[in-house]
Amino acid sequence: MPVQLSTEPLELAARLVELAAAAGADQSDAVAIASTNASTTVRKQQLEKVSESTSRSVGLRVIIDGRQATVSTSDVSDAALAETVQTALELARVSEPDPHAGLADPRDQARQTPQLALFDEALPNLDAEYRLSQALACESAALDADDRIANSGGASFGANLSSFALVDSNGFAGTYSSTSASVGVEVMAKEQDGSLRNAGWSSSERSLHRLDDPAAVGREAAARALRQLGATKGATCEVPVVWEPRIAAGLAGIIAGAASGDALYRRATFLADHQDQQIASPLLNIIDDSTLSGRLGSRPFDGEGVVTRRNPLVQQGVFQGFLFDAYNARRLDAATTGSAGRGIGGLPYISSGNLIIEPGDTSPDDIIGAIDDGLYLTTLMGFGINYTTGDFSRGAAGIWIRNGELAEPVQEVNVSGNLLDMFQRIDAVGSDAQWFGGVSAPTIRMSRMTVSGV
Amino acid sequence: MSDSPTDVIGFYAQQLGVDEAAAESVLSAALGRGGSFAELYFEHKRSGSLSFEDQRVKATQASLSQGVGIRVVEGDAIGYAYTEDLSLDAMRRAAHTAAQIAHGSDDAEPIDVTAASYDADRYAIDAPSTATPLAEKVDLLRRADDAARAWNSSIARVDVNMVDEEKRVLIVRSDGRMVADYQPLLRFNVSCLSEIDGERRSARWGGGGRMGMVYFDSQSPESLAEEAARQAVLQQEAREAPAGTFPVVLAAGDSGILLHEAVGHGLEADFNRKQTSNYSNRIGHAVASELVTVIDDATLDRSRGSVNVDDEGELAGRNLLIENGQLAAYMQDRISSDHFKVTPSGNGRRQSFRHAPMPRMTNTYMTAGADAPEDLVRRVDFGIYCKAFSGGQVNITNGDFVFSVTEGYLIENGQITAPIRDVNLIGNGPDVLSKVTGVGHDLEMSDGRWTCGKAGQSVPVGVGIPTVLVSGMTVGGTQMRPGAGMSA
Repeated sequence: MPVQLSTEPLELAARLVELAAAAGADQSDAVAIASTNASTTVRKQQLEKVSESTSRSVGLRVIIDGRQATVSTSDVSDAALAETVQTALELARVSEPDPHAGLADPRDQARQTPQLALFDEALPNLDAEYRLSQALACESAALDADDRIANSGGASFGANLSSFALVDSNGFAGTYSSTSASVGVEVMAKEQDGSLRNAGWSSSERSLHRLDDPAAVGREAAARALRQLGATKGATCEVPVVWEPRIAAGLAGIIAGAASGDALYRRATFLADHQDQQIASPLLNIIDDSTLSGRLGSRPFDGEGVVTRRNPLVQQGVFQGFLFDAYNARRLDAATTGSAGRGIGGLPYISSGNLIIEPGDTSPDDIIGAIDDGLYLTTLMGFGINYTTGDFSRGAAGIWIRNGELAEPVQEVNVSGNLLDMFQRIDAVGSDAQWFGGVSAPTIRMSRMTVSGV
Repeated sequence: MSDSPTDVIGFYAQQLGVDEAAAESVLSAALGRGGSFAELYFEHKRSGSLSFEDQRVKATQASLSQGVGIRVVEGDAIGYAYTEDLSLDAMRRAAHTAAQIAHGSDDAEPIDVTAASYDADRYAIDAPSTATPLAEKVDLLRRADDAARAWNSSIARVDVNMVDEEKRVLIVRSDGRMVADYQPLLRFNVSCLSEIDGERRSARWGGGGRMGMVYFDSQSPESLAEEAARQAVLQQEAREAPAGTFPVVLAAGDSGILLHEAVGHGLEADFNRKQTSNYSNRIGHAVASELVTVIDDATLDRSRGSVNVDDEGELAGRNLLIENGQLAAYMQDRISSDHFKVTPSGNGRRQSFRHAPMPRMTNTYMTAGADAPEDLVRRVDFGIYCKAFSGGQVNITNGDFVFSVTEGYLIENGQITAPIRDVNLIGNGPDVLSKVTGVGHDLEMSDGRWTCGKAGQSVPVGVGIPTVLVSGMTVGGTQMRPGAGMSA
């Protein structure tokens, strides 16, 4: 992968801030991102797609008399940068004053860039041959796992290098580089009638040494397709539901989304009015942490230059508080939690870091073993989460639990409840936490949910 | 005025230095290792966004995104590279990268590019909204905000935003074809929160299309805002939805999401070429009730999913997918149409120059039937009436699909009665379409608010449907009905 990550993003961002100041902005900050993306996809052991690109773009925010505007461009020529500044100032002048608009307080910003091991030196050296070999190994392990694996949606191996820079007119200037690698595959197992059951599996990490072995990823995808063979539609009932770790990881994302300080300001979250209250079973502990070494959700400073930290979200079932960027903190009289995300375009927004559902002390076998009749969830589908009310209703597939054992596969059912009830009904948390990208989660059991089926 | 294809070609030559000679040079580099076909997709997109909250403008945003995506095809395989740098050197470098997919030598014929004219002009506009003075747009946002608050005293928050873009695309191929298109897109969104005694309910509504400010000639900001407010207030009285399998009546318009998920994705030819769709090898077979005819139509006037030419440079058209229940055709891109030995259907689309094209829907709808919509409701003893949705998803391989209902009602004894809380519906594509037992005469297209995601790429689409009765679909509510199941 031919790549040169240079200091250029930092220089570009600094230049935009200088130009904005010279043109009359009261305050400004600029983001620049340079990246290289490479991926190789194979299907049925034949090369299907090779892509490699380098990319660069910049974004500027200006504030004049409390009026703010953002402008971004993928053209970084001198003329385009000058035009970007002019456009930003013009837009800001016709905007309206917002008393809370502004940069982060310099006292909250990072003075140095902590070393979080986000860059794997091995990744820039991965050439197309290597990516091809990994994708082939992943898919062949899946195809060879069983005679009933009859088709493939393809396997791919991807690598990304990215360099992020943020400069603001208060003097903050920070930059860091990061890498990520991923490998994944989707395969289909064939029923006796010729119809197919598909499943995919993948691994995604900042460093190559943490990435799962491609063959293990392939075998897991095959096993998951095979265990859905013979799936039938389940019955309508109210039963205990066990969330396998990968599905349980989604619960951490739901809590983090509902804990957004922006959603709180809009009162569009079911966690509004619940700070310091028992919103879940005492077994549940969830932490947002951007400071972990080498993790996908880690960052040395946030999208406003603020120091990142560990933010407990749920401790023994008690909701600890919301995540804030500087803007939402100001308008709700709170403090930033170092949770500003930042893209090239638009204002900072609230974004969590790594999310960790802490493991409990029950083995997954014991969690399943205690159930006479219930659903082991392996798939969720659709968008059925209402963050304002907490109503949850989503399509599902999984395995029926009968007399404490995983029995026959089920599909085309729906699981539903209200999230505040569902979190209270967590009656077991597994000891088997696993990482899925930037989220770690164990098996979780809820004592009762509504399953809709036949 | 919108640019004609000739204007777009002139824009690239004069503003960005991308002319026929440059394109020929880059294409030659792309075929330098003997690929069988190469294509350049140039995109120049200006977009803007304006958001309004707390009764004032919160943020204004503008962005420029430009670059070229270079694809080299060798059999079923592709090499892809893009660059934002449109200098000849940078483009040729990217072309060499994309050329890696092939392993032959440079024995290609010289490429002679010629601008192709075509007979389609589906979204010409008088004035691009991206050039409209901001104050004029702010006025629309303020009118929406006022109208939502005036609708009901429980409306505690209103957020309005408007996003628009003008995109100039130029596609140049190694077969010499060069086509250009100017594609406007506008969308206006309102979200409302109703709060009564601490009980909060929210709703979103919006619309738009491939047009400029003319959108507001037929749709006022007030009507969009009042609709969002009405749905939020309605939710205050909503009951728990039932759990189990019941008849479902889908209202005309947005319910077209059913088709998009139940059959649309499954008929995209890439999945069928790979035989990973549950509709693979089913052309000519019955896949739905005889009442069902489904069309994907890129030609609708100024609709969000319409295009003149697709992102591979093929003329986009109107394609019959299912005729009276029988599967007629898949939606094709270049690679799949080569595989199936059919003409490309103009469905090769992509999110941007950073993405390779694949078969995608444009505007997908079911044709009108003979039933009176109210008769379809009357035929149901107990079921669900669905009117507004937040999204859907499908598993292509096993055919299971879902969609989430944000405005729904119980049907009791042939009458629409109480509103129900948000609920997800799940079904299997061919099974649900075989259970279509009534189709209304009231075909309606949704307003332009839908975006379709596939393999990490988003494209604007349209959906449409007349009122439809499905005799049974699984409703994922929380209310157990007597006799509807067992309890552990």
